Amino acid sequence: MRHLLTTKGLDRDTAIGILDVAEEMAEASARTVKKLPTLRGKTVVNLFFEDSTRTRISFEAAAKRLSADVINFAAKGSSVSKGESLKDTAQTLAAIGADAVVIRHPASGAPTVLARSGWIDAGIINAGDGTHEHPTQALLDAFTIRRRLHGDASRGKGLDGVTVTIVGDIVHSRVARSNVWLLTALGAVITLIAPATLLPIGVGHWPVAVGHSLDRALETNPDVVMMLRIQSERMQASFFPNAREYSRQWGLDDERMARLYPTTIVMHPGPINRGLEISSAAADSAQSTVLEQVTNGVSVRMAVLYLLLSGEREGLA
Amino acid sequence: MSATILVKAAILVDGTRADILVSEGVIVKIGSGLSMPAGTSGAVTVIDGNGLTALPGLVDLHTHLREPGSEQSETILSGSRAAAIGGFTAVHAMANTSPVADTAGVVEQVMSLGDAAGYTTVRPVGAVTAGLAGLRLAEIGAMANSRARVRVFSDDGKCVSDALLMRRALEYVKTFDGVIAQHAQEPRLTEGAQMNEGTLSGQLGLAGWPAVAEESIIARDVLLAQHVGARLHVCHVSTAGSVDVIRWAKARGIRVTAEVTPHHLLLTEDLALNYDARFKVNPPLRRSEDVRALRNGLADGTIDIIATDHAPHPSEDKDCEWGAAAFGMVGLETALSVVHAAVVHTGHLSWTDVARVMSRVPAEIGRVPGYEFGIEIGAPANFTLYDSSVSRVFDTTMLHGKGQNSPYLASALPGQIIATIHRGYPTVLDGKLLSPEELAPYAGVNRG
Repeated sequence: MRHLLTTKGLDRDTAIGILDVAEEMAEASARTVKKLPTLRGKTVVNLFFEDSTRTRISFEAAAKRLSADVINFAAKGSSVSKGESLKDTAQTLAAIGADAVVIRHPASGAPTVLARSGWIDAGIINAGDGTHEHPTQALLDAFTIRRRLHGDASRGKGLDGVTVTIVGDIVHSRVARSNVWLLTALGAVITLIAPATLLPIGVGHWPVAVGHSLDRALETNPDVVMMLRIQSERMQASFFPNAREYSRQWGLDDERMARLYPTTIVMHPGPINRGLEISSAAADSAQSTVLEQVTNGVSVRMAVLYLLLSGEREGLA
Repeated sequence: MSATILVKAAILVDGTRADILVSEGVIVKIGSGLSMPAGTSGAVTVIDGNGLTALPGLVDLHTHLREPGSEQSETILSGSRAAAIGGFTAVHAMANTSPVADTAGVVEQVMSLGDAAGYTTVRPVGAVTAGLAGLRLAEIGAMANSRARVRVFSDDGKCVSDALLMRRALEYVKTFDGVIAQHAQEPRLTEGAQMNEGTLSGQLGLAGWPAVAEESIIARDVLLAQHVGARLHVCHVSTAGSVDVIRWAKARGIRVTAEVTPHHLLLTEDLALNYDARFKVNPPLRRSEDVRALRNGLADGTIDIIATDHAPHPSEDKDCEWGAAAFGMVGLETALSVVHAAVVHTGHLSWTDVARVMSRVPAEIGRVPGYEFGIEIGAPANFTLYDSSVSRVFDTTMLHGKGQNSPYLASALPGQIIATIHRGYPTVLDGKLLSPEELAPYAGVNRG
């Protein structure tokens, strides 16, 4: 794997391959000494043009467990207004000798531009770009679902026939996009639930079912319910009237939680707005995988770094 | 200094072959077997027109020359050179400079710099609102009555979105036989917009620029134009729906004209797929259905003219992430070739039609005299010779303005401008621009 820019176009075998390597990584992380020597001498740069402590420390932990040297580069603030700085920064990192760049950027496509630019030769990992994609989040979500369903027998398996309902701000969500492409490639059946204002134009051409009623979606007893974070600025921009109405219509509250099958997995990419898109009880229930997702995130990111930096740097992403 | 030019055996737009003799800035003879008059003095040029199509000088109603204020992007001289090599003998310099072309002083300066450069006639466009701020009218009368005799007014880059202000502007320019050239973009519907809104924008996570944001403004404006009986020109029409609205308006007798850019006739939104900012333009590249509708609209006369929206930017404004990149592409050098590929090859337009949509009608809308009859005896000598038989892979050496933000680099395009005659003297010969020094004797004549 040369780069990881999107999950769109990632085929089933490649995806299962990444998840299987992540299983190995998870196993290693369960040992007393968590560290592996695999990427000793490699330099991984976390290039974050946007605040995201959670994603950054997950990548940092992943790189460190593989014995890579990690440089954290927080470029927020100075960067976005003048595009030149992406180029300057990339060339600086190339001069430093970065082997992989983990980039979080508010502009959709920034990792793609970096990978295609010729400014830097390093492998590029998209850690979330604008409202485009967040491929490692989708990989860790797939990993988490697979583990919940198959436990230690997960290796080699896809998510065939698994029904996943993704609820909330689809139009602005890079997590939703990456999950739609990846989970579909793995065989899952996806339903998107949101008010019409929070669904992208053209969603009819996505490989998903689309609905507006969370209650009706829950009647179908999906295997997975994935709640997305709602940002307060969406209310100001009239995507919906207010938090109360949103919560009543599309929030996973205690009453809806009680109606779920006990086997239904409740997911959230974090950070959570407790009481808005999900109630505290739902988020903290045994069906919730919120913290497992964080743990699994490290294993999945170890797998991606490993696949990018060890062995042949070829193929596409 | 006067020039005498004899073009031998060029192909006129009607397909006939003829020699063209130019003297003292005027086409004096058209016929076969013409020779240089005896006793000709001054500069004498004979051009072998064999196999070349003679088109009347192209007139661009929509050019960004960036001067004053953004000389790192383009100057009137550099943009004029790009115009000449593209076959243009007149361009309309948009008002969004710094300072904005909203006073007589600025428009006169722009015109003078154009005359001094000498490569093409530079007709300044005046701003509709002071500072392009969309709050109150600019000094339209002063610009109209200035030495620059401005007739086209536009806030291009911004939409005159306030309905009352637009109504007043349409009414007020009637006083001066002017026209409002509207950049139709409803601002609220396009906040943060990055590309055409559709399935692809949803997939790429780029904020959408919906067709309705253009169409709703055009619909409003044609009704306003009808109400006050004014002339309206719609800049860079980009959607199938806009073509329908304009067709409807024309059927009702509303005095509306519309332009389409070469790039909207050829390129589609899928080019955004790799976030290559060379393809970022406003209005955005649309769907193939829109391209088809634009071609058909041009062929049936719903769309009156082709205008380049030549928009040069320095490389750092394109060599970056899509969201941070500037909107716009250069287009003067490639316009005729792109039109050739997009609508002549495809049978939508004949060369006679090209002469109409790229010369006569844009001149008529802009009230530029001398283009009424095309290449005719007695007409001012503004024409260009185009070799339609060649195909070239377009590269940066073929760009002559300052901007290199062309979407056609590394693409094969048909045709090449071999010569351009502006006001009776050559600006391009043998496919090459003349130097400013070579032009200086002629350019001087046109000053003042």
